[in-house]
Amino acid sequence: MDLIGILLGGFAAGMVLFIVSVGLSVTMGLMGFVNLAHGGFAMLGGYAIVLAMKHWGLPFFGALAVGFAAVAALSVLLERLLYARLYRATELDQVLFTIGLVFVMIAAVTLAVGPETQTLVLPQWLRGQTDLGIIKYRTYSVAVIVAGTALVLALWLGFERTRYGARIRAAVDNRRMAQSLGVDVGRLFTATFALGSGLAAVGGGLGAEILGLDPQYPLRYLVYFLIVVAVGGLGRVSGVFCAALLIGVLDFVFKIHFPKGGTLFIYALTLALLLWRPQGLFGRRGA
Amino acid sequence: MSAPILETRGLCKSFGALQVAREIDFRLERGARHALIGPNGAGKTTLVNLLTGVLRPSEGSVLLEGEDLTRLPQAKRVKRGIARTFQINQLFRGLSVLENVCIAVAERLGAGGSMLRPAGRRADVIDEAVRLLGTLRLEADAGRRVGELPYGRQRLVEIAIALGLKPRVLLLDEPAAGIPSAESHIILDAIAGLPQEIAVLIIEHDMDLVFRFAGRITVMVSGAIFAEGSPEEIAANRDVRTVYLGSALDA
Amino acid sequence: MTAARRLAERHHLRWWEALPWLAAAGAFFAFPNYLAFGTQLVITILFALSLDLVLGYAGIITLGHAAFFGAGAYTVGMLAQHAGWTEPLSGLLAAAAVAGAIGLASGFVLLRTHGLTLLMLTLCTMALLEEGANMASALTGGFDGMPGLQFAPLLGVFAFDPLYFRSQYVYSLVVLFACFALVRMLVHSSFGQSLTGIRENVLRMHAVGAPVRARLVLAYAISAALAGVAGALFTQANAFVNLAALGLDRAAGVLIVLILGGYGRLYGAFVGATVYFVLEHALAKAYPTAWQLGVGLVLIGVALFARNGILGLIQKPQ
Repeated sequence: MDLIGILLGGFAAGMVLFIVSVGLSVTMGLMGFVNLAHGGFAMLGGYAIVLAMKHWGLPFFGALAVGFAAVAALSVLLERLLYARLYRATELDQVLFTIGLVFVMIAAVTLAVGPETQTLVLPQWLRGQTDLGIIKYRTYSVAVIVAGTALVLALWLGFERTRYGARIRAAVDNRRMAQSLGVDVGRLFTATFALGSGLAAVGGGLGAEILGLDPQYPLRYLVYFLIVVAVGGLGRVSGVFCAALLIGVLDFVFKIHFPKGGTLFIYALTLALLLWRPQGLFGRRGA
Repeated sequence: MSAPILETRGLCKSFGALQVAREIDFRLERGARHALIGPNGAGKTTLVNLLTGVLRPSEGSVLLEGEDLTRLPQAKRVKRGIARTFQINQLFRGLSVLENVCIAVAERLGAGGSMLRPAGRRADVIDEAVRLLGTLRLEADAGRRVGELPYGRQRLVEIAIALGLKPRVLLLDEPAAGIPSAESHIILDAIAGLPQEIAVLIIEHDMDLVFRFAGRITVMVSGAIFAEGSPEEIAANRDVRTVYLGSALDA
Repeated sequence: MTAARRLAERHHLRWWEALPWLAAAGAFFAFPNYLAFGTQLVITILFALSLDLVLGYAGIITLGHAAFFGAGAYTVGMLAQHAGWTEPLSGLLAAAAVAGAIGLASGFVLLRTHGLTLLMLTLCTMALLEEGANMASALTGGFDGMPGLQFAPLLGVFAFDPLYFRSQYVYSLVVLFACFALVRMLVHSSFGQSLTGIRENVLRMHAVGAPVRARLVLAYAISAALAGVAGALFTQANAFVNLAALGLDRAAGVLIVLILGGYGRLYGAFVGATVYFVLEHALAKAYPTAWQLGVGLVLIGVALFARNGILGLIQKPQ
């Protein structure tokens, strides 16, 4: 497979990682909360989307919307009832809580649906290949790349151009200062958490053919999501984007050329990078 | 004039474009009772952080008895004899008062790394800690968890820990901060009772305490030393009044 | 009793400290058909104890402690398989040395960071070792691991019994006892006190002149060596080792066990492991998914209401 094909494949995987992880990065940067259950929201969303299409016959975009809304709503519920109690807690408590939560999510899905891998039934217009001029590539993957690009642009505009975005950026940079300037950090966080979880849900569904979808999804990809977030720098959308693409491409390349050594190299690279720059590629020192 | 025990030469510190310390030439004499005052944001705590090694200067040097400490990290400077208290208590809240002081004494005696002997068998550490608590009238609270003590007494524990390090130089960052004036005499007595050999620098806003305690006063404004002299000189200094004391002293 | 007296006597043995050992010894005679189960329990207690040193006392939050368990497990396995080194006790020492060395090296490098970055890096290190073990299949057996390992009889006399686990049980118990004695001594020493200080207020520890990073790295290395011993026992007792020794499941599992019992309390490992194992044995085989659900709910409950585990609910604050 030539270079363009590799890049496209890597970008597609990277985009999925980005869509899922961007919410995690922003919420961790915003609240400093270690949310190891983030992958669980992606999985739940994936299941909601896949099943909505399979059992209720919803059209593709309708299912995506349902997945987004359902998971966002669930996340608001969980955030207000449970997460909020642990904002001042130690990191250990946050780790324990979110591990427990992800266990509950995995078990719930296994009990409700079963342990089998779910496949995303693509709508007609996403199947087959698209002629991009230089190369013919899988339409689905191209669509994912387009979606991811659209998302990063939308997020960038949202963060840079709206007041909501400005408040988030301020709170990520200096929470206390933002609070003393009148920013309602609690409401801001609930809204952002919902958005992030909803995006993860969409990523989980959209990426079902690339990352797979089964109950073990949250734990299998936990390290990857954390790597993307840590390497990108907490709270930096551009950082997550670049890190996700980088990891996606590297992983894809290695799967083809060094199937045995690939992930090892990524872990080693992450280790080296974080030791050299603990704040990630784009992060802020001493956050 | 005898050599100072602690001094800085041309000490500067900037955070990006923000200069928090400008060309500070500060001297602390042996056995001094020296007060550092100035409006909020003047850079007083920054200076203490630079002296203790919490912050690295952009330029300049810190010398203890002529020895250049500028490259040394905080822990090493403590071993050389500089101890400090924090503006907000930094204690081991879950441990007892006695344990708090024992940890400091153990570190000083070099016992902190000892793995074989139980800490309970180190009578030298425990006895010294008990004695120290006695000098600060904290014996009654020795077994209580620090987190349970009233704030004023916690402040005393903060001082006890610093004394457990047997420092040559003691830097007290607003020791009376947060203490209701009814209790502030506790701190005053403790400071008055400090061993004469230790050179003491105290940052304070409480002018009562400053003028009762200090043999020498340094005034800082906007990261630089604004004025320096005996309490009488500073009290009489018009510019100091304008910049900081306001009409409080006129009353 | 004065505060000073209490401090001076804190390391004294209490009568009830003999109970776990008496119970364990009694179990040998009372439950001869459950010694395999008992051996796994003892090994898990040792593993959890090693984690307690680093998490409960030094306050280092790690999700990658299985890296050292696996390092010890594979060291013993590879020595037996490829070098014909089947003597158990020396194998234990080799495993401790290898795991301890990895702990020292990774601790030296990782403990420059803290918080989320550190957590991430511990996960990364463990994932790295896991991938490495997967790749080096010539040495490690790759995904299938190394089944059917042979070990020489202990002290030349006591052969490992694959059916009833008699020798393995006593062997693991004695090793646990020795390691526990070591940990207990460390925890009550001034070194242990300083670890508690670092956990409670690291800023303060710097300000009293403690070489914080050196202490943390040392605690990390010792803990790694102990985890390695647990891993070695695992391989020797079960006569096999595979990638499960190195994964997130095992690392999360030991964390859960320790938290359940209560961290920073020396005996939390004992209580947590026993309760978890007994419950798991009773429930997990029949309803594995419901078991996972239950564990998740318990974890959430513990994080919200009972951070100090079972011992925390029973004892007064330490």
